[in-house]
Amino acid sequence: MKKITVLHYINQFFAQIGGEEQADHPVEFFEGEVKGPGLAFMQLFGDEAEIVGTIVCGDSYFNERHDETLDAIIEFVDRIHPDLVIAGPAFNAGRYGVACGAVAAGVQERLGIPALTGMYVENPGVDLYKDKVLIVSTKNSAAGMRAAVKLMAPLALKLGRGDAIGASCEEGYISQGVRVNFFEKQRGSKRAVDMLLAKLSGKPFTTEYPMPDFDRVDPQPAVKDVSKATIALVTSGGIVPKGNPDFIESSSASHFGEYDITGVDELTSEGYETAHGGYDPTYANQDADRVLPVDVLRQMEREGVIGKLHNKFYTTVGNGTAVASAKAFGAEIGKRLVGDGVDAVILTST
Amino acid sequence: MKLTLGKIFIQDIVFSDETRLESGVLHVNPAQYEQLVLSDDKISSVSFDIAKPGESVRITPVKDVIEPRVKVEGPGGIFPGMVAGVETVGSGRTHALSGMALVTAGPIVGFQEGIIDMSGPGAAYTPFSQTLNLVMVCTPKDGIEAHEYERAVRMAGFRVAAAIGELGRDVEPDEEIEYETLNFVEDLHLFFDLPRVGYVQMLQSQGLLHDTYVYGVDAKQILPTILYPTESMDGAIVSGNCVSACDKNPTYIHQNNSVIADLYAEHGKTLNFVAHIITNENVYLADKERSSNQTAKLCRMLGLDGVIISQEGFGNPDTDLIMNCKKIEAEGVKTVIITDEYAGRDGKSQSLADADVAADAVVTGGNANQVITLPKMDKVIGTLDYVNKIAGASVDTLQEDGSLVVELQVITGATNETGFNKLSAR
Repeated sequence: MKKITVLHYINQFFAQIGGEEQADHPVEFFEGEVKGPGLAFMQLFGDEAEIVGTIVCGDSYFNERHDETLDAIIEFVDRIHPDLVIAGPAFNAGRYGVACGAVAAGVQERLGIPALTGMYVENPGVDLYKDKVLIVSTKNSAAGMRAAVKLMAPLALKLGRGDAIGASCEEGYISQGVRVNFFEKQRGSKRAVDMLLAKLSGKPFTTEYPMPDFDRVDPQPAVKDVSKATIALVTSGGIVPKGNPDFIESSSASHFGEYDITGVDELTSEGYETAHGGYDPTYANQDADRVLPVDVLRQMEREGVIGKLHNKFYTTVGNGTAVASAKAFGAEIGKRLVGDGVDAVILTST
Repeated sequence: MKLTLGKIFIQDIVFSDETRLESGVLHVNPAQYEQLVLSDDKISSVSFDIAKPGESVRITPVKDVIEPRVKVEGPGGIFPGMVAGVETVGSGRTHALSGMALVTAGPIVGFQEGIIDMSGPGAAYTPFSQTLNLVMVCTPKDGIEAHEYERAVRMAGFRVAAAIGELGRDVEPDEEIEYETLNFVEDLHLFFDLPRVGYVQMLQSQGLLHDTYVYGVDAKQILPTILYPTESMDGAIVSGNCVSACDKNPTYIHQNNSVIADLYAEHGKTLNFVAHIITNENVYLADKERSSNQTAKLCRMLGLDGVIISQEGFGNPDTDLIMNCKKIEAEGVKTVIITDEYAGRDGKSQSLADADVAADAVVTGGNANQVITLPKMDKVIGTLDYVNKIAGASVDTLQEDGSLVVELQVITGATNETGFNKLSAR
């Protein structure tokens, strides 16, 4: 099998050129050479991969001439065209971390070549690049080199081979904010018992899902005069024209529907039904007004209680639909309603 | 209360002229059970089939999964309030036909019945790819309403499971486990130096085909209450719901609740497993408030130091989960919650519909929105007629080559929230 080819990016310190006094060392390319931590990687790669060149750059040099230096590095990487780029590890060195992140992310984005770096979790490079590239979590100083390479080398091989990458806790990289499924060693109930025993005895434990910051929306001020207002109906209860013409999914909806109800006085079982898979559809299918009250609003319209019912309704299925999708639907529906001069909305759920 | 659970390891299931259980092989004469099913006039026909681990078989739409058991000694019978009287169960001796399950299937009720694949990539996600399955496909009479049909199939499942369980009455079990919970005074004396731990189980009770029954009582109607942990082993809690397949608790999961098993494993060693508290997940705000208030009260009354809270379903019940967690923590009782996630197909969305800082110890059963391709199977038990409609599928689910592109949601038990599986997410 062909060996995976790797280019390695390191700074002046790890290339043994010098410390801070050499931080202005310009970028240099060493084709065919392995330097510093590259030797440790090579040991663990065995026959599977080899470093085919090393890029060295002073930390200040890179950060002060960020764009042009990155361009030069990308050009070199493109010429060699390795299977993979490894940058660092940078531990807690700030400028080095930012450079490693920039190189790894740049190579991945601009050349489509997978890249990997390693940093201490508080390195400023982590916040800048963790959602763009895989950053292996390392100790805060070069004393952790052996441990860092031990985590990075197998992950590098996986990237180089194009294998599926597991969850952050399995592979040792810093979470990218993307939830990834994997199989644990113990079943969930056993993990729960162990976590509870740790929590009860004041020992450290790690939650498997850190609570998100919850997005709370303040209600709008009340409508001053409802008798002059145009009211729209929007639902997550899945009411659609019979036959579900836009194929809104019964769960985990990928889109919403917009339907004209000009001249529709009530929603009959011949004309409307629900696409929702999260509740017994019997009663909604018998009379969809139970979920989307067109009949009541038409009556209020006639009686002058409201100004008028907007001639379109918007509908989707809330069941199992990701919050990000729901937010996107909400933003788009809101835009259309505002564009149509709607004053207020009745949102119905199920 | 003490229960001896005798497990009879079932090695094989075969169709035969005579129904009997011999040397771990279950011989089934389907004709013998047909009448038991058709005694309900809402079911027009029933067919039996067998699905074994490793076979190229897909079962869908799956409704319930049940382990046949029989009460050998002690009061009451299996599935009290459903097909047995209402004596309090959970003591004496029970035999279980372990390693097999009765799976009920049939035309769709809501949109939420599941898929069990006996081999291929989907098999890794469902615990019921590992059991020998006797499948019962029920067809409703024309014109029967969905919830009537649901009830008919549910009850038929219990009748048949109880009848099959009866075959194990006089069989010597392969393994015996004793579970014992003392009364509060006795256990306080005996385990005075161990933390007092409870299990708070949230039962699906959103209604409209999302129900659970406790001794025959619709869980919507209960106030949170306390059970001995052995009661559910005798079928005191049964599934009556059609929630998304991945995180509903089929009856089998109630009978083999893994939180109860794993707390018993530590009972008297590192903790004192005091009680099984059950509560519901009703949709009205007042119900949610009342039930979480009562649950927190029970935790305090029992002098608990910690609880594990398990959920069933997602979305609306996320609010019950967080209310329970917040209020129980506010009583000074430490919590660990078990849930699952709807983080979107790309895994980038917020996983729960509610959140609170008090929920600092979470165990997750994985992201149910993850997409998986289930290759075509040689045989389908049930029907693929509805496969584009079930929760977790889409109009594009059924591919030309017969494979299915679906979310894990469709797979029965995939992201179970009683911690039955090893699937997780980070």
